[in-house]
Amino acid sequence: MTAVQEVPISAGGNPIGFGSMKRVEDQRFVRGQGNYVDDVNLPGMLHSAILRSPWAHARIKSIDTSAAEALPGVIAVLTGKALEGIPRPSLLGDNFAWMPTLSYDTQAVLATDKVRFQGQEVAFVIAESRYIAKDAVELIDVDYEPLEPVMDAKRAMDPGAPVIRDDKGQTDNSITDVHGHKTWESGNAISTAEAIARAEADPNCVVVTQEVMYPRVHPAPMETCGSVAHMDKVTGQLTLYTTSQAPHAHRTVYAMVAGLPEQKIRVISPDIGGGFGNKVGVYPGYVLSILGTIVTGKPVKWIEDRGENLMSTSFARDYHMTGKIAATKDGKILAVDVDVLADHGAFNGVAQPTNYPAGFFHIFSGSYDYPDAHCKVTPVYTNKAPGGVAYACSFRITEAVYVIERLVDCLAAELGMDPAELRLKNLLKPEQFPYTSPTGWVYDSGQYEKTMRVAMEIAGYDELRREQAEKRARGEYMGIGISFFTEGVGAGPRKDMDILGLGMADGIELRVHPTGKAVLRLSVMSQGQGHETTYAQIVAHELGIPPEDIDVVNGDTDQTPFGLGTYGSRSMPVSGAAAAIVSRKVKERARIVAAAALECSPDDLEWELGRWSVKGDKERGKTIQEIALLSHSSLELPEGVEGHLDATAVYNPPNLTYPYGAYICVVDVDPGTGVVKVRRFIAVDDCGTRVNPMLVDGQVHGGIADGIGMALMELIAFDTDGNNLGGSFMDYLLPTSMECPSFELGETVTPSPHHPIGAKGVGESATVGSPAAVVNAVMDALAPFGVRHADMPLTPSNVWRAIQGNPIRVDMAIE
Amino acid sequence: MQTPAPVDYVRATSVADALSLLQQHGDEARLLAGGHSLLPMMKLRLARPEILVDINDLDELRGIRVDGNEIVIGAMVTHAEILNSPILFEHYPIFREAEKVIADPIVRNKGTMGGSMCQADPAEDLSAVGAALRGTVVIQNAEGRRTVPMREFHEGPYETKVADGEILVEVRYPILPGSGSAYEKVERRSGDWAVCAAGACVTISGGVFSSVGIGIGAVNAEHFTATGAEAFLVGKEPTAENIATAAQMAADSCDPSADQRGPADYKKHLAMELTKRALTRAAAAAVAVHLTKNGA
Ligand SMILES: Cc1cc2nc3c(=O)[nH]c(=O)nc-3n(C[C@H](O)[C@H](O)[C@H](O)COP(=O)(O)OP(=O)(O)OC[C@H]3O[C@@H](n4cnc5c(N)ncnc54)[C@H](O)[C@@H]3O)c2cc1C
Repeated sequence: MTAVQEVPISAGGNPIGFGSMKRVEDQRFVRGQGNYVDDVNLPGMLHSAILRSPWAHARIKSIDTSAAEALPGVIAVLTGKALEGIPRPSLLGDNFAWMPTLSYDTQAVLATDKVRFQGQEVAFVIAESRYIAKDAVELIDVDYEPLEPVMDAKRAMDPGAPVIRDDKGQTDNSITDVHGHKTWESGNAISTAEAIARAEADPNCVVVTQEVMYPRVHPAPMETCGSVAHMDKVTGQLTLYTTSQAPHAHRTVYAMVAGLPEQKIRVISPDIGGGFGNKVGVYPGYVLSILGTIVTGKPVKWIEDRGENLMSTSFARDYHMTGKIAATKDGKILAVDVDVLADHGAFNGVAQPTNYPAGFFHIFSGSYDYPDAHCKVTPVYTNKAPGGVAYACSFRITEAVYVIERLVDCLAAELGMDPAELRLKNLLKPEQFPYTSPTGWVYDSGQYEKTMRVAMEIAGYDELRREQAEKRARGEYMGIGISFFTEGVGAGPRKDMDILGLGMADGIELRVHPTGKAVLRLSVMSQGQGHETTYAQIVAHELGIPPEDIDVVNGDTDQTPFGLGTYGSRSMPVSGAAAAIVSRKVKERARIVAAAALECSPDDLEWELGRWSVKGDKERGKTIQEIALLSHSSLELPEGVEGHLDATAVYNPPNLTYPYGAYICVVDVDPGTGVVKVRRFIAVDDCGTRVNPMLVDGQVHGGIADGIGMALMELIAFDTDGNNLGGSFMDYLLPTSMECPSFELGETVTPSPHHPIGAKGVGESATVGSPAAVVNAVMDALAPFGVRHADMPLTPSNVWRAIQGNPIRVDMAIE
Repeated sequence: MQTPAPVDYVRATSVADALSLLQQHGDEARLLAGGHSLLPMMKLRLARPEILVDINDLDELRGIRVDGNEIVIGAMVTHAEILNSPILFEHYPIFREAEKVIADPIVRNKGTMGGSMCQADPAEDLSAVGAALRGTVVIQNAEGRRTVPMREFHEGPYETKVADGEILVEVRYPILPGSGSAYEKVERRSGDWAVCAAGACVTISGGVFSSVGIGIGAVNAEHFTATGAEAFLVGKEPTAENIATAAQMAADSCDPSADQRGPADYKKHLAMELTKRALTRAAAAAVAVHLTKNGA
């Protein structure tokens, strides 16, 4: 089950199974030969541009498109009014001006009555070139009546606050989910409140309360969103090339939104230049390109520019959290209660399983052993861009990990206890697995203390603390931050988890050609993770076919079976399992064919990698390649095999998998300037079996860089007028190699007991785990100043202000 | 994809040619140097010149050279060339220190000294350096050349003494034997513009400051400098106390505004802190030079 076994090497120099190998897709990427949506150019293709609202909240009094329409080269200009005139033959609303979101809310495709966030789609220009389309956008004259915007989530529920969703007949800014709930709770409110009250009354206990905000950030993939839609008038077939992490789910949504027959829709996601959740949602631009090709009869391309991507597509986080942690004075955690105000923007467009409107935030009880936990999440509308997905955070586990790991550090500070010692005292023990958490999650496996100790050893933890004490005596401020995180990834099971009614399970197909080469067809979608490499390795591991002989196909709904796509670290837990299972089906078919060829019973055969042979007579056997040819040959096949070895499978996970890790960050803070330097970052991940350790390391590297970015600089704030202050890469700062130390990685391997190859998924581990480690390190450095908490991002000014006892409110404009 | 508004383009063959093209097209024409400020603004349609006059072929505007007791930097010298220039490093290490923290290698490979000066962003680093070193800007128009002291060059944010139909051809810096110089900058991330930056160039003789140049960027210091603090230090010993007093005077003369880089109180604090650090290191370097000379 683990990677400990000897793995044979193929003629191509690759492991026939698990082990590090370079990504096959890099051959084209590093040569600049990838094929992204913007590389798609169809004959006669038209281009487009979107007019976006300069206001966060305004009534549209009139729109004059005549000058734009008169510009030579302009083919059509669509407005919300025009879309209202197009009847939609579906249950999801009666015209095209509105569309459903992934959270059963509605979102404007083009604004009709009001604009509700800066950057909202107001008009769509189709023209012969992108330049002409942009020129025409400037000629559209919109008469807006500005309204007071609601930019502060804390004000959204004030009685006098302007109502954003008057289109729905709302009288306040509350959000109601599909089950009719206005708040989302988890855990036991009563027992948790009682435990906290008992602790407050007990002189041997403490209760620490801390407000922490995880401000709004953006996935900011290198490739922005876009699509090329082509409706073939002759066949009635719609082909959509699009930046989608979930092509099958998108196809179904388009069938519902556009009322088109699903068999006539083909969604193709070519190479995707990063997703991070940004490409899970269905955006107005995609829908407009479809409407554009229907209206014009020509292919229509829509591609966002950077500002459009940052200002209008799915943000992440925006959680205002107040946590309470109760513990005994000797450091045994008793209970945690968290209250969240969740800013969802103008439309509730968050992507998560229907039964989990706060995503998997409820896993916030963390990696520790205590009986009582409870959380309440209150979502509100504001005049900000709608949320597409809880990005790169396994459905908001980043927020969950952040709040518990900050609370544990605040508790350590209160108790005057070393944060490592406090964690070691409370971590779950190996014998407690499978472990049911106070909020009902069943953690599959883990050796938490072991992983923690590996991280402390790599870090030289005791030595670091000694160095810190010496430096403090000299007036130098270094900090050591720990984060111990547990994720739950790989949604479903389908009975519990669906998006818009689509169960979260994934199909797979494996074909083995007569020469023994294979093609694996996946429902999940790579955005740069290296699926073409790792999934071939899983088949290689199961069947002994060299990875270079296996092609992995993903992204084309006509070529792959149905499934829900890649986000929330679900590819390896779900489709990784499917790949193993479908390979095992092929192996069993091969056994029957081999038995026929060897004239023995299938029961007399035994498997060694790549070959069935007669038990006790190893010489008599057939390789998988020989069997593949036999299965297509004139060999008389027995009952049960009609020919070929091909197989299909659908994997419906019995439970989530629970990757976890121990991270330690070391920072130096210059108190004169507030500048934070991340000196070291140690990450010990346990993601179960590592199919390709090199790619696991790559995922962890990217995630840590991302976490350093969020902890220190990434932010979308708004001013009170509603202006987005993170609308370009001059304003929305992403970390560079200059801000990242050379990462120090370690591993422990605790396979998932319910996953066919024991893998747990690692796509988001480091993004989830690292921000808390960085923030905890900075707070540790600032402890001598009496600072216990400051919100991310810890920019120089924010750190300096924290030292002055006057931290910045980060979600609003700095004044 | 970002798309500028329609624009014409012409490649000048000489400074004279560029000047006549500018004259021909009036205020609708813009010079194109490295393009790292102008082109992004055009792509965002914040700038929409009708014609670009490309001056990248003009070798007369290139080169860093010593001319008598001055160092001359041509308008088309790139950031990367300044960063790697042995002449500048020998006389003014402040250039290397500043260039190391200007933008990123890609921008530095194309962005030019002249473009930076003429863009005149309030957080522009070479302006702070130029103020500290008391450079002189040479501007050419159809009538000929004229010079403007660095400390009179800026008219305000994004505005300089270079008028329509004029070209900045070079900046000249007096060589100060025995000087020490240093540059300090705080940025939110490498490659970002300064939250605040401060540079200093000093000479010391007889144990006291004989000349002091201070340059301060991004915090609305008048002409990127702090003349009161400079005057205070001249004739005084380079003690920590004197430097701290001067740094505070410098900060008091700044008038920063709050933005996402930080609140005004923080920026003011930085003006003090960074001026102090720059002066301290510059003084140490100057003293070192002095001692070496004495010892030799
Ligand atoms: C990502 C990024 C980060 C940056 N960070 C920094 C930073 O940290 N610090 C900093 O100081 N700068 C920074 N810059 C600015 C950069 O240094 C300037 O963009 C660049 O040097 C300007 O020079 P250019 O040659 O590109 O000018 P251009 O963009 O070609 O021109 C700028 C302006 O100057 C005019 N102009 C150019 N040359 C002349 C001339 N000889 N005479 C008259 N007018 C002229 C042009 O017409 C135009 O109006 C950054 C830029 C980018 C893109």
